[in-house]
This record gives sequence, structure tokens and C-alpha cells, in this order.
Amino acid sequence: MSIPEGTFHYEKDADGIVTLTMDMAGSANVMNADYVAAMGEAVSRLEQDQLTGVIITSAKKTFFAGGDLKTLIQITPDNAVEALESVEEIKAQLRRLEKLGKPVVAAINGAALGGGLEIALACHHRVVLDDDTIKLGLPEVTLGLLPGSGGVTRLVRMLGIQAALPLLTQGTQLRPQRALQAKIVDALASSREDLIAQARAWIAINPGPVQPWDVPGHHVPDFKVGESELYPFLAAAPAFLHKKTRGVFPAPEKILAAAVEGAHVDFDTALKIEGRYFVELAAGQVSKNMITAFWFQLNEINARGSSSRNKVTKLGVLGAGMMGAGIAEVSAKAGISVVLKDVSLEAASRGARDLPGITPTDSDTDLAGCDLIIEAVFENRELKNKVLPAAESAALPDAVIASNTSTLPITGLASAVSDPEKFIGLHFFSPVPKMQLVEIIRGEKTSEETLTRALDYVRQIGKTPIVVNDSRGFYTSRTFGTYVTEAITMLAEGVHPALIENVARKAGMAVGPLAVSDEVTLTLQLKIREQTLADDPSSAGLAEHPAFGVLQQLVDLGRTGKSGGAGFYEYPADGKKFLWPELVTRFTRDEAGVSEQDVHDRLLFIQSLETVRCLDENVLTSVGDANIGSIFGFGFAPWSGGTLQFVNSTGLAAFVERADYLADTYGERFRPSSSLRDRAARGEQY
Amino acid sequence: MSEALIFDAVRTPRGRGKRGSLHSVKPVALAAGVLRAIADRNSLDTSAVDDVVLGVVSPVGEQGSDIARTALLAAGWDQRPAGVQLNRFCASGLEAVNLAAAKVASGFEDLVVAGGVESMSRVAMGSDGGAWAMDPETALGLSFVPQGVSADLIATLEGYSREDVDAWAVRSHQRATLARDKGYFDRSVVPVVDQNGTAVLEFDEAIRPETTLDGLGKLKPSFLMTGEVGFDTVAIDRYPTVERISHVHTPGNSSQIVDGAAAMLIGTARAGGELGLTPRARIVSLAVVGTEPTIMLTGPAPAARKALDKAGLSIEDIDLVEINEAFSSVVLKFLRDMDLPEEKVNVNGGAIALGHPLGATGCMILSTLLDELERQDLRRGLATLCVGGGMGIATIIERV
Repeated sequence: MSIPEGTFHYEKDADGIVTLTMDMAGSANVMNADYVAAMGEAVSRLEQDQLTGVIITSAKKTFFAGGDLKTLIQITPDNAVEALESVEEIKAQLRRLEKLGKPVVAAINGAALGGGLEIALACHHRVVLDDDTIKLGLPEVTLGLLPGSGGVTRLVRMLGIQAALPLLTQGTQLRPQRALQAKIVDALASSREDLIAQARAWIAINPGPVQPWDVPGHHVPDFKVGESELYPFLAAAPAFLHKKTRGVFPAPEKILAAAVEGAHVDFDTALKIEGRYFVELAAGQVSKNMITAFWFQLNEINARGSSSRNKVTKLGVLGAGMMGAGIAEVSAKAGISVVLKDVSLEAASRGARDLPGITPTDSDTDLAGCDLIIEAVFENRELKNKVLPAAESAALPDAVIASNTSTLPITGLASAVSDPEKFIGLHFFSPVPKMQLVEIIRGEKTSEETLTRALDYVRQIGKTPIVVNDSRGFYTSRTFGTYVTEAITMLAEGVHPALIENVARKAGMAVGPLAVSDEVTLTLQLKIREQTLADDPSSAGLAEHPAFGVLQQLVDLGRTGKSGGAGFYEYPADGKKFLWPELVTRFTRDEAGVSEQDVHDRLLFIQSLETVRCLDENVLTSVGDANIGSIFGFGFAPWSGGTLQFVNSTGLAAFVERADYLADTYGERFRPSSSLRDRAARGEQY
Repeated sequence: MSEALIFDAVRTPRGRGKRGSLHSVKPVALAAGVLRAIADRNSLDTSAVDDVVLGVVSPVGEQGSDIARTALLAAGWDQRPAGVQLNRFCASGLEAVNLAAAKVASGFEDLVVAGGVESMSRVAMGSDGGAWAMDPETALGLSFVPQGVSADLIATLEGYSREDVDAWAVRSHQRATLARDKGYFDRSVVPVVDQNGTAVLEFDEAIRPETTLDGLGKLKPSFLMTGEVGFDTVAIDRYPTVERISHVHTPGNSSQIVDGAAAMLIGTARAGGELGLTPRARIVSLAVVGTEPTIMLTGPAPAARKALDKAGLSIEDIDLVEINEAFSSVVLKFLRDMDLPEEKVNVNGGAIALGHPLGATGCMILSTLLDELERQDLRRGLATLCVGGGMGIATIIERV
């Protein structure tokens, strides 16, 4: 047997140092079946070879990319035994490597994330190229998994439980300098030559290293069985975690469990415990949801745009309010020259905040040379109709003209410019620097080229684009609206307001619906309803929807939302906001009889059902857009993988049955569409 | 079936924490002291005792390794009685009594000493670890929160204000002061003496007669930080109609951390007759229950009802009640749940004033109850405690 072709190169030099270069077929080294075969052979050969030391490095741009998610997502409770065997094999190989009796150095020439860092942790010494584009870390938790190739066990034994946990439970990715500070690598190298030179030098002076955990008497740095110093930390850690996970993210919880339980036993037993938790997570639904959305669908979405990646060189932003200023800021940071225009130079300068790369102006002539214009003025059709043509004539003839509107249909606005094919919606979310998503809205006449250029721009500023077709509220605002409206409906039915807010957070929603209702203001919600009714009097059920009675009542009492100082919540000047106590006296009825489970399902199902409608109406054209848009756009429960993946993970048949129950009990808005029923009947997923 | 009779009960005074008088006394000495006292004052032939059952909540270190057997030997008792240590958290002392009563009532044993010991100043609460709090998978699965957060959750759900819980604390100190000054505790309390015969502590020293509502109102909440770490969220997710937990408990309205030990002599009428002992009361019924573990401390009412049902009694048949003052809200909720008048409950104060030496308290409050029934010449009493892990315990006694 020899190391298979297209995997690792094994080269021994005159000093007896073996350089094991990982160079697997494809663009990156991945922990797949080929890896297992290659590493197995490599370790066997190292064990038999006469050598002085080993350097592990990579021929790729990255050191090692991590787990093979295509395989991992196939793990189910039915094949868990095989899955465990396979991960045990990976760990056994790394164990043999670190017990070689000869120095093994990781020469980390590129990113080492997940499995890549786990290989490095099984080496006796880690040198990393000091290059800020290199990231090191164990991000498995962000996909609902844990580092199951010894990552939890080794990091805990290197750093102690307390120092290792934040890195493991948050999946922190560190640049080389920070990785050195965090003690997950031992040295930095200034060049690739230096990397290898340092590795060789370390080998020369450390002929027979032993891992700390293989030294007799070893224990986890901050924990020893039978000593109670760490008890207060151990007791508080689960609650501290729960505050963030609300019990719906199993991965950080299992990481904590594996770390603590592993600390009670010897290293090899700890590896077994880690392996069991890994398989539990991999076989569970949440990791499947998260891998589907945050790996496969997100990668696909982020790969959109042209292969040549058109670059915007000069951007004109109309309106220097919060949204305009935010768009200007993120664009300038991406190296785009930005002109920020408002009615006065003062207003424009306030938005520009002296940030480098942003030129404030009150004149259209400064928009000359812009290849992209984004309008972000007030949501007023006449105003937009006025500023758009003026900017269009000042910009380059083939400039893309975009609107950041979140409410007005794009097709209608497009008539303001001379060439509607160049017109598109670029819906940013607030606060712009923080929110990852941009919802791109294709108007009836928007051309493919315009869309491609918009996609390229969104990628240029490092954000994630979803593409939707024109419709009132597009996808995100429309679907998110159902969440808020359903919550207010429950309030009107007599459900306790704290129950609504708490159950929403327990369901994994980023914000409680009443809290977010205050954020967007109650008046705006009433205004949108008015507009909708004016434009389309047939809007199903909207006219007599009970939620709007509640909104009107509060607004009549002067409770317009957070900006008005009072809404569903009270906003004391000197303390945290709290629910307006009169909500309970005015609305809550003990006999409302809506169970916690029903509250939970109503809040989530209503959003998934609206998403299905968007798909039925061709507002959405891909499942990935729906899922990513829901999580990044309006904080839909990330554990679920998004509004449509939530339907998948519930099971389509079960979802339809439950939706029918909700429709029978709470109203026809929960009735599944025929497309959903058909899909369920065919046994298909989204 | 035999009847389980109480012949006598003794306890140490309760010493206040690390700067208190009993910090210099090791737990085995506290336990041996009460065993010696109960033997001496009853001229007890200790060889007639079948077993010594002692409650200890943190049975590690100095309190580890079956302290009951060690203590009886250290007390110079005959070697024939066996010894066993048990742990039902805060109810351990009463559980020891109940187990002793059950042994006797079943006829399997004739004479048993029950009690408990806890030197909280020397063996810290929680030093025995345990999966419930220390094992993350278990703690997360069971929605573990510390008791103080549970007590504050009860206050939040029941609507008890800071003033409500402080008011009960003031009452506890006033009643305990009066009882101590008038000598109501004297029948049971035996001084702790050192090896030279010098008294180390003669009276309960944690009572603060000068306690006022104003003074208590100035204390900072004990469990605010604990709650903010994340335990409030854990509790709220279990009780989602609660928007925020009102942290009303302070060191002033919660039980005090103290040291102490207690012992009670329980046996059959025949055994008592042979040894020339006079029965003071009989144990009528006893009960333990499990309740929701996150709110944890709501067990007393269901336990009391269960014990009453077993005895065919109603709460009106009970003349006096002792409920452990773990936290004020626990007492107030028990009063509300059982519709009890304050005049019948903890008439000589409770653990807020006197302290709660975990393993011993249950036995102590039962002896306080018996002493007071005798003093007022009343008939029946009920003692109850809330218990960690979501449990409750109750014991009903009747004078004979």
C-alpha cells in the first residue's frame, strides 16, 4: 500500500525530515474518504520510516478546509454507528501521529478551520504564516456541529475549560496574531520559507516531544476531579449559554457538555465522549438545517453575479439619512468612491461623517461619472420621481439606477427613469453596516445585465444578495409583517404579552414581535395597511384583521412606538424597557386558552406559509433565497435553517396537518396552499 | 404496626457563619455533642439504640464518610448502634426523623436516634458538586436554577413585594427574640462545650432583635447577578408569562448560613417503657412529594396536604405549624396555599432569624414545634420544609 495519488506528498530529505504536503484533488484539502485513506497510509509509513521529524503543510492556498459536509449531512440515527466508526478512525490516525515519538510540526500556510485546525492541534508544534487573510478556528458550531476530530478535547486540554469554551461555542475565527495570543499556535512566520525553516529548527531541538496530555499526571489546566474551585463556573456556564441559545441550538450545549465531561476522564476516554456528542449533533435535525442554509445555500447565493465580477468605481447615493449614510459607509469601505447627495450640503455632510471616500454634496452635477446610483430618500413617490431622473441624467449613460425602497413597487418607480431596464431595487436593512443581507428586487423590465451588475455590487461590498420579483413588501417585509401581525392578533385574543415575547425568543426569533413592532413604529404599520387597502381594496382579510384594532387603540393613546417614547413597551429614561402593564389589564384573558405550543407554532408557521405564498406567486424563485433572506433579513430562527427549511424539518405532511389545525382553530390564513399540499403528497421537500 | 413515639429532642444553639462561635467546632464534635446530651439527660443505655440516622447536605470532607457512625463512636456510645447518614437536601433533618419513625413504626427496629448536622462555615454549601448543577447536559435538560432565583420567581408569580418579604423577616426576628428571651427554646437547646468543659455557645446567636423594615430595605438583592448571568432566562423559559424576575430576596429575608446539630430519640412504647422513658408525642403521619424542579420550592403545601390526607385530618385540625424559612416567599406562599393564619405559623421565629444549618434544620423545627405545643398545651403540629430539586416534606405530630 502507498499513499493514494492525488492526496498527500511524502518527501524525506537528507536530514531525515519528512514533509507531508496535503494536496488533494480539487481546490482544497477536505476531511473526506480520500483523506482518511491518505492519512492512514501516511501515518503507517511514518511509523515505519527512519526519520527525525515531520512537517505537515499544504500545497493549496488554504491549509485544510475542514469536514466533508456532503457526507456529514447524510448522517442519520440509522447510520450513526458507521458515522461514529469513521470519526473514530480519523481520531485514531491523529492519535498515532502525535504519539509517533518524533516531532510533528504543522506548518500552516493558509486558513486552518475546523478539521484543518484539528489536524494542527494533533501536531506537537504549530507555526503559522503571519498573513492577516489567514483564519484559524473551530467554526463547526455555526453549522450546528462540534469539532469531532479531537478539537474539543485537545483545545480544552491546551487552554483549560474556561478559555476554550468561548472559542468552541462561538466558533471564533482568529487571525494569526490573535491565534498566537490565544495560544492555539506557537509561532508566526514571515514567509513560506521562514515557515519551513522554523519548523525545521523546532524539530532540531525537540527530538522526542510528548503531548501535554500524554505526560503522566496531566489534567485539564483549570480543572481537577474532586476539587471544587471550578464548581461556580460549571454551575453558571449552562445558564450563561442558555441565555443565548434559548434551548434551540444544541451544538454549543453539547460542546459545553463534551468539554466538561471530558475533563473528568483521561484523554482517550474524553475523545470517545466527544465522538458520541458529535454523532448526536450530526444525526440531529438542527445541523442539517444549518448546513443546508449556511453552507450549501449561502455558498450558492454568494457565488452569484458575473464571473468577471464587475466593479462599481463611483457610487451616487441620494439621501443622507440613516439608510443612505449606511450604504455610503459600507460602499466606501469596499473601496468605492461615493458621492452622498442630500438637499443641503449640511445634511449630506452629517450623513458623510467625514468618513474617507465619501464626498457630500447638494448638487446633481457631482454625480457625473457614477456607474451606480442608489436612491434612499423618504418613502414618497413624488420625491423619488423627482430625484431619480435628475441623478440619471448626471450619471454615466449606462449607470444602473437603484432604489432602496422597502415599500413601493419597483416596476412603478422604474417609470421615473428613461430606461427601466437599468432600474432595480436594492433593499438594504437597518443598520446597514451590521445587516448582512441585501434584497434585490427585479422590476418587470429590469434587464439580466442590470441584475448581474447589482449582484456584483452587493458582493463587492461583501454582503449577501437574495433576488426576488417585484411585489408589495417584496419578500422580507411582507413575510416579516405576518410575524408581527400574528403576535398582535394573539394579544387581541387575550394571550399574555410576555408569553408572546418569550415564546418568540424561545422559538429562536432574533427579536420579540411586540418589541420589533415598537421599533418600526405602530403608525408605520397602520400606514402600510392604509396604502395596501387603497391600492388593492380586495386585500384578503386585511380590512377586518383584529391586529389593526389593537394598533389603532395604542396609537390613539399616543403610544406610537419606541421613537415616540411609548408603544407596546414602556421606555423609562433610566432603565430597561418593559411591557406596558396595561396590555395585560386591557387585553389579557385567562380563558384565551392558547397553549404555549400554539403560540410558538403560530409565530413560525405564519411566516413559512407566507413564504410558500411568495413562492407560489413567483416573488421568490429559489429556496435558498427564502431561507437566507428570512434569517439574515428578519432574524427568522436560524436553528431551523429558514422559513422553508423549517417546513422541511417539520416534515411536509406534518406541517400541512398542523397548519390545517391552526387554520381550523385560528383562521384561514393558516390554510396550506395547494402547491404545499401537492408537494407534501409527492413526498418532496423544499 | 407499632407507634413511633418521640421521647426527647436536643439541639445545639445555632452559630453564625465563619465569624460565629461554632466555626471553631468540627462537625463530628457538633454531632457527638448532641448524641452525648440526649444519652446523658435520658440516662440512656445506648446499646439499646438500633440506629442513628443523621442528615447532612454536604457530606464531603469533614462531614463525609458516614458521619453518623463516626459521631456516635466519638460520643462514647456503645458500639452496637449502627449509624447512617442521609441527604434529602434541606429536608435531611426531618427525613432522618421520618426514616427513624418508619423503622420504628414498621416494627423492624425499636429505638432510633434521628437528627442531623451541618457546619456550613466549614463545609461550604455546594462543595459536594452533583450532576444537577455541575453537569451541563443535565443542568440544561432539567432547567436548573439556584434556589434564590426560584424563591424570587415565586415572589414574582405571587406578586410579593420587597416589603412583603421583608415584613415576614422582621416578624421572624421579633418572634425569635421573644422566644429566646423568655426561655422557650431552653428545653431543647444544649450548650456546645469544648474539651475543657468551657461553653463555646449557649444561645442562638444569629437573631438580630434590632431588625427593622427600614434596615432590611437597604440590603441589596442577593440573586440579581446570578439571575442576569442567565438563570433568569432559564426560569422565564419555564414560566414564559413572566417578563422579568423581581429579585426581592436579600440576606435579610432569606435563611441564615449557620452551624448546628440536632438529635431526637424515637421509639416504640415498649422500648421506652423498658428504658424508663416518657413519651412526649407520637408521629401521626409523614409525607414527601416531588414538584416542578425549576421553581423548586413549592413543595410544602402539597406535602402538607399529603400528610394531612394520610392522617385523615384537615389543616384546621393542626394547632401550630413550623415551615422552614428558607426564603420569605416560600413561607408566604405556603400561608396562601393552605389559607393559614400567621398566628399559627412559626410562632417562635424561623430560619431567617435563627439560621438554617441544612442537615439539622428539619429535626430542629420539629423539636421547636413540640416544645411550643407543650408550652401552650396544644395538641397537633405540622412541620414542613421546601426541598432542593423540587420536593417537599411534612411531618405531623400529636402530643400524648
